[in-house]
Amino acid sequence: MLGFVVKRLGAMVVMLVGLSIVVFLLFSVLPADPARLTCGKSCTPDVVAANKVRLGLDKPLTEQYTTYVKGIFAGRTYNEGQGVAEIQCPAPCLGYSFAKQAPVTDLITEAVPVTMWLALGSFVLWMAIGVSGGVVAALNRGRWLDVALQSFALIVYSLPTFFVGLIALIVVIVQFGLLPYPDYYPPTQDFPKFFDTMLLPWLTIATASAAFYVRLTRTQMVETLGEDYIRTARAKGLTERAVTVKHALRAGLTPIVTAAGLDLGLLLGGAIIVEAIFNLPGVGRLAVGSVLDSDLPVITGVTLVAAAFIIISNFVVDLLYMVIDPRVRLS
Amino acid sequence: MTAQSTGQVAGAGTTKRAFLELDELKVSFQTEDGIVRAVDGVSFALERGRTMAIVGESGSGKSVTSQAIMGLHSRRAAKISGHAWVDGVDIVTAPEADIRALRGTQMAMIFQDPLSSLHPFYTVGKQLVEAVQAHGEVPKAEARRRAVTMLDRVGIPNAARRVDDYPHSFSGGMRQRAMIAMALINNPALLIADEPTTALDVTVQAQILELIRELQVEYNMAIVLITHDLGVVAESADDVTVMYGGRVVERGGVDEIFSRPSMPYTWGLMSSVPDMEADRGKRLEPIPGQPPSLINLPKGCVFRPRCAYAQHVPDGRCDTERPDLTPVDEGHDARCFLTLDQKRTLAVKAPGTEEVA
Repeated sequence: MLGFVVKRLGAMVVMLVGLSIVVFLLFSVLPADPARLTCGKSCTPDVVAANKVRLGLDKPLTEQYTTYVKGIFAGRTYNEGQGVAEIQCPAPCLGYSFAKQAPVTDLITEAVPVTMWLALGSFVLWMAIGVSGGVVAALNRGRWLDVALQSFALIVYSLPTFFVGLIALIVVIVQFGLLPYPDYYPPTQDFPKFFDTMLLPWLTIATASAAFYVRLTRTQMVETLGEDYIRTARAKGLTERAVTVKHALRAGLTPIVTAAGLDLGLLLGGAIIVEAIFNLPGVGRLAVGSVLDSDLPVITGVTLVAAAFIIISNFVVDLLYMVIDPRVRLS
Repeated sequence: MTAQSTGQVAGAGTTKRAFLELDELKVSFQTEDGIVRAVDGVSFALERGRTMAIVGESGSGKSVTSQAIMGLHSRRAAKISGHAWVDGVDIVTAPEADIRALRGTQMAMIFQDPLSSLHPFYTVGKQLVEAVQAHGEVPKAEARRRAVTMLDRVGIPNAARRVDDYPHSFSGGMRQRAMIAMALINNPALLIADEPTTALDVTVQAQILELIRELQVEYNMAIVLITHDLGVVAESADDVTVMYGGRVVERGGVDEIFSRPSMPYTWGLMSSVPDMEADRGKRLEPIPGQPPSLINLPKGCVFRPRCAYAQHVPDGRCDTERPDLTPVDEGHDARCFLTLDQKRTLAVKAPGTEEVA
């Protein structure tokens, strides 16, 4: 069991390293020149060339990469010994955005909590709605409630997020003024306001995802409800509720947990559309803004962090397998 | 030892009912292809302490019958009529909550494949504890103690330690022992064993049957033993019900059935059993053909398409008429048009039957 964890942990580290190399290479071959971005309108070929040297962009790629990785662990100082003002980028340094005049790490750590609240809230909503909807549909298989739930899920699932989000925004906030205009309030400062402004973003993300989980849970439940051990559970006199939840749902949990973990990981990397619609300064909006500004260090940083979320959630899912299925612990 | 408990269930309601009593039990399922009459009128009675074997091929309706006794068919999917009284409660009409209270406490069931019948994600002990706690507030420690005692009773070595193991780390025989422990932990009066040894090694089979017999005496249980293995029947049963195409085709005391099987299907079953001494070098004789489709039963006798003796019945009655269950002897009935004399002479010629007794 410990071996399993260590092995997965090792695999995770290898994946993170590989990922950082790929991301670094990918952005180094892009036509956008970071050296140009440091000076903006005042750029002259001489300045660009000088900045190239200052940023170390004239060095071979391997050295640039090691500098970057070293920055993550030990921090980094830009313009060191160049005769201009030095820029400190403390560890973990994911680069420095000359466009925003701020370390990338700071930009990301400001954005991550916003996205995290958004992701966690909608995650709780869609799991609750999706799983219970799927269970109800499976228990009523073939009857009108099942058909209704499935049809509803299909319709909701096929509505694009920007459509649902915009309609919700226009109807609930603009038309009827039921909730305050979108903005971000940290929950620690003003929880009621935080809740009011997050409600629609949560629901917007949750509807589409819940629809998917209704279908997934239903499929799983229909399968496990037909298993022999369900018959055994009934034969020993358990209530139908215990049979459904403790036996059938528990047995069908693995694929649901897998999907949920990956979806959450993906979402933590930024919900671009919803953040844009509801004016939330999260990771998704940071990424979009940086792409528009060709702010390469930020794009690199965001990509790395988003990918790391997925890798980490993958790892957590692997650990959860062991909790769910004792047979995994042995192998 | 003829079967006083297998007589016609006549006058039910006036006389005292047997512990388990089926009266014209019918179970059918509506499918896209039509109505499947899986069980079409099964009656028998069984007292505590005795064993009824239900014998038949796959699709003969024996498992459907047993699950109907437990009330395990979804009332939405299955149409059930007739009666199935367990300790005076008619499972066919009783409310679901009442049936649930009987499951585990009055009637319990073990199944063919113990691995797929145990939940893979819970320890054996947890599944036993759950069975205890399903019927009343029992503290966890107490329930666990009972689980260990029961596992020990069914012969699981080191029960106190193995109680925390998962089903997949048990061997096949141990899993079936665990299933038996779980079924009997609430001391039920009726045990339904649906092919309990079919999935097990031959050596383990005998041990499990022996265990069931011991526990039957200890708990004074009625046992319904579903099997297609006549060897198991001969060893364990008091009475036998032979099913074919969802109906009872023959029933009687075990000695009666083995010494004077009285219809061609039963003869066929007996000649399909290998006999180590008599049949060496002789090929087994399977019953030709397939069990009938339960959606579209043949006209006339249901066994007619596979019966080698129909020409002995005059006027082609087998093709047009369904035979009734008629007495062969006291407490021994069979569903066949052959006369008693014909049965006697033909049965001797029927392969396999002459050696059995």
